[in-house]
Amino acid sequence: MEPLVQFFYILLPFLRDWPEWLALTVIGIVAALLMFGFVAIFALFAIWLERKVSAHMQDRIGPMEVGGWHGWAQTIADTIKLLVKEDIVPENADRILFKLAPAIVFTAALAGFAVLPWTQDFIPADLNVGLLYILSVSSFAVIGILMGGWASNNKWSLYGAMRSASQMVSYEIPVALALLAVVMNAGTLSMRHLVMAQSGNILDWNVFNFFPLTAVAFIIYFVASLAEVNRTPFDLPEGESELVGGFHTEYSGMRFAFFFLGEYANMYVVSAIATTVFLGGWLPPFEFLSFIPGPIWFVGKAMTMVFIQMWLRWTLPRLRVDQLMYTCWKVLTPFSFAIILLIGLWKVI
Amino acid sequence: MEANQILFIAIALLTVLSAAMVAFSNKLIHSAFALLATFTGFAMLYVYLSADFLAVTQIVVYVGGILILILFGVLMTHKIYSTTKKTAHNSLIVSLLGGILSAGLILFIISKAPWAPLLAKGFNPTTAIIGKEILTGYLLPFEIISVLLLGALIGAIYIARAEDK
Repeated sequence: MEPLVQFFYILLPFLRDWPEWLALTVIGIVAALLMFGFVAIFALFAIWLERKVSAHMQDRIGPMEVGGWHGWAQTIADTIKLLVKEDIVPENADRILFKLAPAIVFTAALAGFAVLPWTQDFIPADLNVGLLYILSVSSFAVIGILMGGWASNNKWSLYGAMRSASQMVSYEIPVALALLAVVMNAGTLSMRHLVMAQSGNILDWNVFNFFPLTAVAFIIYFVASLAEVNRTPFDLPEGESELVGGFHTEYSGMRFAFFFLGEYANMYVVSAIATTVFLGGWLPPFEFLSFIPGPIWFVGKAMTMVFIQMWLRWTLPRLRVDQLMYTCWKVLTPFSFAIILLIGLWKVI
Repeated sequence: MEANQILFIAIALLTVLSAAMVAFSNKLIHSAFALLATFTGFAMLYVYLSADFLAVTQIVVYVGGILILILFGVLMTHKIYSTTKKTAHNSLIVSLLGGILSAGLILFIISKAPWAPLLAKGFNPTTAIIGKEILTGYLLPFEIISVLLLGALIGAIYIARAEDK
């Protein structure tokens, strides 16, 4: 039985008396709502953090007024503003596709949360092909972005969508290859088993395995995942100096908010994959720290990765399109192939 | 009716209706995007048959690769905004005859086919078995496919870079 179903059965014993399909449906809906709540709260916090980080890096102080303490309520105010804004659909837009696109992008981002292992017992679905599943649902986001870019009937949106799609499709290859280097050693695609294989102290984490080979794979994964989620230095799809706002130029109000929410959820998902595959998931770095519960380690490690993403955003300039393709095809891809070969060799010897 | 059957009917409806949209939609771009639902429906059917690896691969290959290629092709079509699908008008009798003949053929095959009853086995992981089979029993087809794909890759690069000469 799924660990999550067991978790709910222990939490709410009366679910056992219900017919199985009803109990499973209720558990599924509740889990999905929990994840949605997490995404919403995470995005509120991450947007505030991004503003503070960017401000401090530019020697400013950022939002300070709303809510009192360091402007903590700034994003809540912004969200309310977005909610009450007029919902504009351009006259020549393809109405159906225009309205569908944010839903698809956000669904793709939320679907990734289904296999994230928060602790040994709390994982919404411990799929046998978990890692592959997360890579596959990310391709829905590409379709959603292309849909939004085309339906807006705006050349900047279309250019942004095309750039975004080609970038995400290209960088899927180094992402998959870098993860394959670890999967080859662990012999499983299940997110839970990937973490369980790393138990021990910090030196047993995959990032220090086959030192320095998997460490390089981790760096390749991190760089490529930045491109996957369209973050700086790979944020050409929304380069405001050339494309206004990229694929979401025409979006306003709640639909824009959903694109934004999807983007921040994706930031968390790629950080959580890095945490699971390379940084030991919910495991503490040292044995004596194991009194701190697993979810805190998991979220803490993932948030550290999110912070590094923000840090890079305000440190590095944007790449050109040719540099983007050069980095992917001539640097990251050959290096990840070399790492797979070397790890294979290491294992044979 | 069991919940299981309701789920199956919902998945089948999604697949068939979106496939109908692909075939009958007036706008080319709508057909292309309707393929997304069709491919997802296929993947769901694979999950229903407890073929988890196949389902995920279906999404990676068809949604992540082929559908994006199709979309790029459609988006780069000249004057896509005003292009409508031009259905050829063949004579009614010939097309009716062809349709009835192929429907009869398919019905005949369906009536003869030995349908396997739904397997009562549990949800067993298939990834490891598929991997072993590909590298043992089916090694030759696997290698032939990889050589074929390599050829296609080199050919595509050659065609794309032909202007340099």
